[in-house]
Amino acid sequence: MSELFSKKNKDTFSIPLGKNNPITVQVLGICSALAVTAKLAPAIVMGLSVMVIVAFANVIISLMRDTIPTRIRIIVQLVVVATLVTIVSEVLKAFAYDVSVQLSVYVGLIITNCILMGRLEAFAMSNGPWESFWDGLGNGLGYAKILIIVAFVRELFGSGTLLGYNILNYECIKSTGYLNNGLMLMPPMALIIIACIVWYQRSRDKELQENS
Amino acid sequence: MKAIKKIFDKVRPHFEEGGNCHALHSVYEGIECFLFVPNTTSTTGTHVHDAIDSKRIMSFVVIALMPAMLFGMYNVGYQYYVHVGIEGDFFDKFLYGFLAVLPKIVVTYVVGLGIEFVVAQWKKEEIQEGFLVTGMLIPMIVPVDCPLWIIAIATAFAVIFAKEVFGGTGMNIFNVALVARVFMFFSYPTKMSGDAVWVASKSIFGLGKTVDGMTAATSLGIASTSATPAGCPPFSWDMVTGFIPGSIGETSVIAILIGALILLWTGVASWKTMLSVFLGGALMAWIFNFCGPHTAMAHMPWYEHLVLGGFCFGAVFMATDPVTSARTETGKYIYGFLIGALAIFIRVLNPGFPEGMMFAILFMNIFAPLIDYFVVQHNISRRVKRVTKTTINSDE
Repeated sequence: MSELFSKKNKDTFSIPLGKNNPITVQVLGICSALAVTAKLAPAIVMGLSVMVIVAFANVIISLMRDTIPTRIRIIVQLVVVATLVTIVSEVLKAFAYDVSVQLSVYVGLIITNCILMGRLEAFAMSNGPWESFWDGLGNGLGYAKILIIVAFVRELFGSGTLLGYNILNYECIKSTGYLNNGLMLMPPMALIIIACIVWYQRSRDKELQENS
Repeated sequence: MKAIKKIFDKVRPHFEEGGNCHALHSVYEGIECFLFVPNTTSTTGTHVHDAIDSKRIMSFVVIALMPAMLFGMYNVGYQYYVHVGIEGDFFDKFLYGFLAVLPKIVVTYVVGLGIEFVVAQWKKEEIQEGFLVTGMLIPMIVPVDCPLWIIAIATAFAVIFAKEVFGGTGMNIFNVALVARVFMFFSYPTKMSGDAVWVASKSIFGLGKTVDGMTAATSLGIASTSATPAGCPPFSWDMVTGFIPGSIGETSVIAILIGALILLWTGVASWKTMLSVFLGGALMAWIFNFCGPHTAMAHMPWYEHLVLGGFCFGAVFMATDPVTSARTETGKYIYGFLIGALAIFIRVLNPGFPEGMMFAILFMNIFAPLIDYFVVQHNISRRVKRVTKTTINSDE
C-alpha cells in the first residue's frame, strides 16, 4: 500500500497543479479555457469532465501500451478518448442538461484538447496504469484549477453573480454608479486573465523564468 | 527659476544612493527632469546632438492638442446650454465645460503617472515622458458623461497591458490612448455609445441645472440607426466648426487642423501618414457612394465622412504616433491609406460600430511592422537586381 502512495506518485499528481501546469506552463488547452469560462458553473463541469477523461484515458492506454503497434498508436488513443468523451457527454445530457447546453460543442471538442494527447503520448505510453492515473488526475485538476480561477473573476465582474447567485447586482451597489464589465464576458479578457496568472506564477518561481 | 533650482540642489543628497529617501529617487528625478534639462550627460561613444528629444516631442504634441482641447471644453458647455435650454454667455459655457472636463484630465494623469512612477521605481529605471500625451488624449476621446471611475480603470488597464508589459515608453505595439478607449467601449458600452452620454446632464457647482433622461445623438449615430439613405443627416458647417455632440476633443475640424499645422510645422508628425489617411477615407467613402449597400451610412458624402466623428482626430493625432505607426517612408503611405479605408469600411458595413476610426488604427498598428518588413525587403531585392544587372553589363 505504501508503494501506491509513494513520494513519486504524489509528485506525479501535484507537479501539474503548479510547476508544470498544463495551461499556464505548457500552454495547452487554451481554446477551451477561453470559451467556457464566462460563467463559473460550466467551467467547473468542464474541468471535472476533462479530469475524468484524462485520468481514465491514461489508465486505459497505459494498460494497453505494450500491445499497441507504434504506427497506429495515435488512432488507438483517439478511439479511447472519443469513447470516454461520448460517455461523459451522454452523462451530462442525462443529469446536467442545462450545463451541457451551455457547454454545447466544447464537451465534444475535449477530443481535440491538446492536454489529452500530450499526456497519453508523454506519460501513459511509458508508465504503469497507477502512475498514469495520478498523472491524469493531476493534469485534469491543474486544468480545472485555472478554469475555475478565470471563471470566478469573469463571472463576478462580468455578470455580478457567482454560480448564478447574485453578488454585485443589488440596488445599493448599482446606485453608486457601478456597472458590470462587458469585456469580461468576451474571450479576450479570459486571455488577459490567464496571462496575469502566468505573470504571477513566473514572477514568483525562479525556475520558470527564461533567460533571454 | 534659480530659487527652485536651489531647492532641488539642496534636497538631492537625500535621494541619492544611501540617502534616507532613496526609495523615492525616481519621483525626484521625474520632477527635476520635467522642470529642468536632465543633469546627466553620456560619458562614452559618439553622439549626435539635436535640440529635439522625446520630452520636446511630447510637449509639442500637447501644445498641438490644446486648440482641440480648449474648443472641446467650450463645446461641452455650449451643447449643455443648448440642450437644457438656458441662456449663458461665453464665459459661463467655457467655465462649465472646463469644470466638466478638468476632473477627467486630473484622474487620467493621476492614475497613469502613478502607475508609471511605481513601475519605474520597481524596475529601477528613470521615469519617462511617455504618458504626457496619452494622459491628454484619453480625456479627449471619451463622451462627457463617461464616469470618472471608468476612465480610471481604463487608463490603468491601458498603461499596464498596452504599455508596461511591452517594456514601457516607445516599446508599445498599440496606441495606449486607443486601448483605453477600446476597453471602455467594450466594457461599458452604455457609457461610451448610444445617445445619452454625449451631452452633459448635471449641474456643476451651481452652474446650470440637472436634467434627467436627456438624449442627443451624434450625427454618425443618427446615420447608423436610420434604414434608408434619406436618414443621413445633411452636411452643415457646424460639423466643421465642431458645434455638434461628440467625444470631448474630436468635434471641431478647425481646431484639429490648427493642431495638425503645429505638428507638421515642427516636424513631429508625418504629412505622408496624415494625407494618406484622408485619401484612403475619401476614396473608400466615394466607392460606397457609388456601389454601396442601400443605407444612410453608405450614401453619406465622402467629405461628410471625413469631418464627422473621430476621423480627423485619429488621422492627425493617433495615426501619426511615431511609435506605433509604420517607420519606412513608403510604409507610411500604405499604413495611412489602409487606416482611412478601413475606418470608412467599418462605419458603413458594421451597423454595430458607427465609428470605425478606433478599430482601424488599432488594427493597422498590428500590421505596421509587417508593412515595414515588406518595404525593406522590396528595397533589398530591388537593389540586388540592380547590382546583378550592372555586373552582367560590365562582364560583357
